[in-house]
Amino acid sequence: MGFTQTKDASGVAVVQVEGQLIVGNRQELKALVQAAIDAGERRILIDFSRTGYIDSSGLGALVSISKKIREAGGELRLSGLNEDLRSLFELTKLDTLFAIAETPQQALSSF
Amino acid sequence: MPSPLRLCVRRTPAGDEVGTLVTLRLPSEVACIEEAVELVTRHCLAGHDTTRKTRFRLQVVLSEALSNAIVRGNREDHGKWVHVRAELGPDAIRLVVTDEGPGFDPRAVPEPIRPEQLDEANGRGLYLIRKLVDAVQFNEQGNSICMILRRP
Repeated sequence: MGFTQTKDASGVAVVQVEGQLIVGNRQELKALVQAAIDAGERRILIDFSRTGYIDSSGLGALVSISKKIREAGGELRLSGLNEDLRSLFELTKLDTLFAIAETPQQALSSF
Repeated sequence: MPSPLRLCVRRTPAGDEVGTLVTLRLPSEVACIEEAVELVTRHCLAGHDTTRKTRFRLQVVLSEALSNAIVRGNREDHGKWVHVRAELGPDAIRLVVTDEGPGFDPRAVPEPIRPEQLDEANGRGLYLIRKLVDAVQFNEQGNSICMILRRP
């Protein structure tokens, strides 16, 4: 369970969520994205291709992150949500709040 | 370091509606949630044909209920425990998560999907549980949630 941050060739900061995004580690993700914003990143992709499950605290953390990036004049994309993960966004209507792409490649080309 | 979780698994006599009873006690620490979810999920699904969706729902609602119990119920007081009871029948799983806090009124929790609330970071937990299981009940005090999932 953890997060890794890399930089795509086009300059997008890519954060990979490995394992779960839940109440126990959501602050870590928020801190990581905040550090990226502070370091000047304005195009950020969070990829869930290697994610197991997300709880409501994890969804809430993504809402907070989205606000922070917006306030900094940046853009956030999400990608790699399987059918189960996507259902959480649909049930909570958060699919209307986030820009969600099928794959990281599609998300990167949408910036 | 040994795990602070205390798990007990008991098979009930043949003919009893509840096939297996799993109980788990965990401390009020969010760091224990993931391990507790995996332990209980594994026992809930053992010996049954299951779908990826059922496993996912179990993981999410358990994580959610434990998080509510630890953070909102016990207020992360390390002197308090969270108790999980899973009654595993042939057709359904009955999960009861109880904390040692004062309880709350679940009817007072607003639905979090109104457009003006989408930007809120909190308030989706109970709503998600209701959407992902077949039935939800609370005890009178409001410190114990019972979630029923029918097996596929």
